[in-house]
Amino acid sequence: MVMKSEKDTSEKRFKNIILVSGLSVIILLIAIFLTLLIASIPAIKTFGLGFFISKHWDPSLEKFGALPFLYGTLITSFLALIISIPFSIAISIFLGEYFKDGLLSTFLRSSTEVLAGIPSVIYGLWGLFLLMPITRYIQTLLGTTPYGVGIFTASLILSIMIIPFSASIGREVVSLIPADLKEAAYSLGATRFEVIKNVIIPYARSGIIAGILLAFGRAIGETMAVTMLIGNSNFLPKSIFSPANTMASVIANEFAESTGIAASSLVYIGLVLFLVTTLVNIAGTYVIKKISLEASKEVT
Amino acid sequence: MDTAQDIENDKIIPFPSPVMIQEDKTIDNKTHLKLRIIKDRLFKYIVIVFSLLSFLPLLLILFHITKNGISVINWSFLTELPKPIGEIGGGIYNSIIGSLMLILLSSIISIPLGISAGIYLAEANKGRLSNIINLCIVVLQGTPSIVIGIITYLWVVAPLGGFSALSGGIALSIMMLPVIIKSTEETLKLIPYHLKEASLALGVPYYKTILKVILPTGISGIMTGILLSVARITGETAPLLFTAFGNQFLNYNIFKPIDSLPYRIFYYAMSPYPEWHGFAWGASFILVVIVLAFNLIARGVSAKWKVQF
Amino acid sequence: MLNWFKRFVFFVCIMTIISLFGFNAYAAEGELIGAGATFPQPLYSKMFDIYFQQNKIKINYQGIGSGGGINQLIKKTVDFGGTDAFMTEKELSEAGSPVLHIPTCLGAVVVTYNLPGNPKLKLTPDVISDIFLGKIKKWNDPKIQEINKDVKLPDLGITVVRRADGSGTTYIFSEYLSKVSKEWKEKMGTGKSLSWPEGFIGQKGNPGVSGYIRQTQGAIGYVELLYALQNNMPFASIKNKSGNFIEPTPKTVSNAAKVKIPADTNVSLTDTDAKDGYPISSFTWLIFYKEQNYGGRTKQRAESLAKLLLWIVKEGQNYVEPLQYSPLPKEASDIAQKIVKSMTYNGKPILN
Repeated sequence: MVMKSEKDTSEKRFKNIILVSGLSVIILLIAIFLTLLIASIPAIKTFGLGFFISKHWDPSLEKFGALPFLYGTLITSFLALIISIPFSIAISIFLGEYFKDGLLSTFLRSSTEVLAGIPSVIYGLWGLFLLMPITRYIQTLLGTTPYGVGIFTASLILSIMIIPFSASIGREVVSLIPADLKEAAYSLGATRFEVIKNVIIPYARSGIIAGILLAFGRAIGETMAVTMLIGNSNFLPKSIFSPANTMASVIANEFAESTGIAASSLVYIGLVLFLVTTLVNIAGTYVIKKISLEASKEVT
Repeated sequence: MDTAQDIENDKIIPFPSPVMIQEDKTIDNKTHLKLRIIKDRLFKYIVIVFSLLSFLPLLLILFHITKNGISVINWSFLTELPKPIGEIGGGIYNSIIGSLMLILLSSIISIPLGISAGIYLAEANKGRLSNIINLCIVVLQGTPSIVIGIITYLWVVAPLGGFSALSGGIALSIMMLPVIIKSTEETLKLIPYHLKEASLALGVPYYKTILKVILPTGISGIMTGILLSVARITGETAPLLFTAFGNQFLNYNIFKPIDSLPYRIFYYAMSPYPEWHGFAWGASFILVVIVLAFNLIARGVSAKWKVQF
Repeated sequence: MLNWFKRFVFFVCIMTIISLFGFNAYAAEGELIGAGATFPQPLYSKMFDIYFQQNKIKINYQGIGSGGGINQLIKKTVDFGGTDAFMTEKELSEAGSPVLHIPTCLGAVVVTYNLPGNPKLKLTPDVISDIFLGKIKKWNDPKIQEINKDVKLPDLGITVVRRADGSGTTYIFSEYLSKVSKEWKEKMGTGKSLSWPEGFIGQKGNPGVSGYIRQTQGAIGYVELLYALQNNMPFASIKNKSGNFIEPTPKTVSNAAKVKIPADTNVSLTDTDAKDGYPISSFTWLIFYKEQNYGGRTKQRAESLAKLLLWIVKEGQNYVEPLQYSPLPKEASDIAQKIVKSMTYNGKPILN
């Protein structure tokens, strides 16, 4: 027989434990933000917002400006998105509309899952020995210096890495489209292409955009593969074949060996990276949530 | 229904649209139909071609890992320590042990916390607090791994005065946490309410109901989440660069630097020695096998132990 | 009765206890952590492998660049650092308490490249400076062709590879070029990291630079001699002060080291006066705190560090030559031993 009071205390303890665990997530996130902020205060004080428009990153002169990295991050991520969009939309339609089930679809679905599970460093290794020679060949054909590494190679590997993410979100959104809408269009004599073009794409537009947004969020934070392939140049890149650096790759390269204001500047970059990915992720998740809410309303 | 109607008004009805009919006055109806069918076919083929093309990188990556990796894997590769630079032979035993230790450490930290936070989210009333927590989980999940590396350096490495396996484990556990919380919450929410009611009606205290009735019922979903999160962190390199650091010797002390498979791959990949490149492929093969195995087991668990209602 | 959850919690607690205390039993075995220069890393990894076999003490040395080595020593995350550049006044003051340097061996920074057929090239200081200032952009530039009349140089763009991390190799290289080229001294100066011109490829560590050059036709960079030798990469003979083209070998490096060595061993060997000396030679150093009682370090650990350091400058020198580095001259080794013996714990000498 358990005494009532004892039962109550256990009850209370249990509730407290789960509450504290729940709260710990909030505390963790706030602590991350505050730590980044505090550690970057010296850099914020010294460089202020000019940090983001100065293009000189020069540890030997202790002059730090993050423009080359902002630019490098944006350009690699955009390029990767542009390369990946046709593929991820094609997979979304393939899995969400043409082949909803069956051997081919299971095959493709599991292969994108495997693709998503391969570690970043292995993409880097693969890019180093197989993409680099290809880029070099293209560069020789174009008559530019055959660096092999650079924005182009990094974007290529990034695009391969983000396809699974945007594709899996896209597939879900496409398959959420109410069947009666599609059937209505079919009954009017529309071909499948017309249904896709006029019903599915417009209906799934915001979902696909959310998928792309989330993929973008992944791309800007990606570190290892990019660090291995981008060429580590702290200058504003001139062409898509130039070596460059992204926010993540400059931290990976320089954080271990920097002290004082240099370390603080790197944390400052980390803070910006954190804020940007946070915004992108919240926006993407919000859109997706809205869509699935609407879809559930349609059903009822 | 608003959206749906908008779309219908805008785009679909009537088919073919009046504009199309006007344009098509000169062409007879049959060619128009043919054109539409050709377009339809063409589009389908384009979709198929693009979808299959995106399958190509995976095929190539797996092919190269297997081709280059299998040839270097043998008993001594798995059980020996790395040799000094430039000497032939040696293996990656330290990295395999290191990776396993990091997985163990990060699991010890994140699993209890993750499950109990998941219980909170599943049990708490829909309110502002649980919304905020959910938002935090989304943000945490999207936080770049390199940022977590910086954070752990500032939190653990700098105060303890040294790189350590512990700091690596903490960095990885931060990455595991959101996955475990989310899967626990979602699993528990799926469990029918009458199960809980029945237990409470029998006079079982609330906490015992959760721990003995609800959690065991959802164990497969939770296990799946844990396995998936382990698969996610096994290949992480960026947060280990300034935390676990690397170690060419075997190490069991969590306050000392430790090696890991992804770190070793990075180190070998960037080296100039062809033999080490081979080792990088071999280590990659092992890493991919481990990651895929975790994924497969996770699927097996969720398929086999799924409780039907 | 233990239900599964309790059992799980129990398991977790046990594992935590084991990992916190149980594994610590191994700590007594002794392990030292070092980080820094990649220039001597192949030698260190060989030495530490031997040292482990002989003394069962693990020395974990990670090549993160000289800049990283100095920085991690200042942050006290390592027992010792490795660097090819003497610490600057600023770094010494950041360190707080006195830091000692001991030379461990001599090495050469070689200019290595990847060209079709990998011909042997000769280079003059001016040409090297022009290439690394980004002024010479093609391999068949008349300035290079002029010195290498018997080599047919291709019409290929030059891809210059530089170090992305703070590097002692960069320091040695830039110190040399500052001595021989006025333009270099004004534009680039001497340092572990420089404001390189645009369009150069940055790579981490000597391994990163040689790895990239090995893969890329038309690339040129500077690495320690052994990295070029181990990978069958060609390297240039360089014209020294006396006007002779000298090929880097342990012998020509030793020739450059025949100088008076000061008590703190801070000596530059670049642009040597020796007729048969290779002009880009240098010592490489290990750095550590003079007073070893800091951050809760045990006496045992301090002793184990001092013994290792002494071993490196004495018995360890036997492993230097097989790896194509040059051993310390007798004088340098004597001074280094004296420095190691000056290490203290609570003000008392650690050795003797």
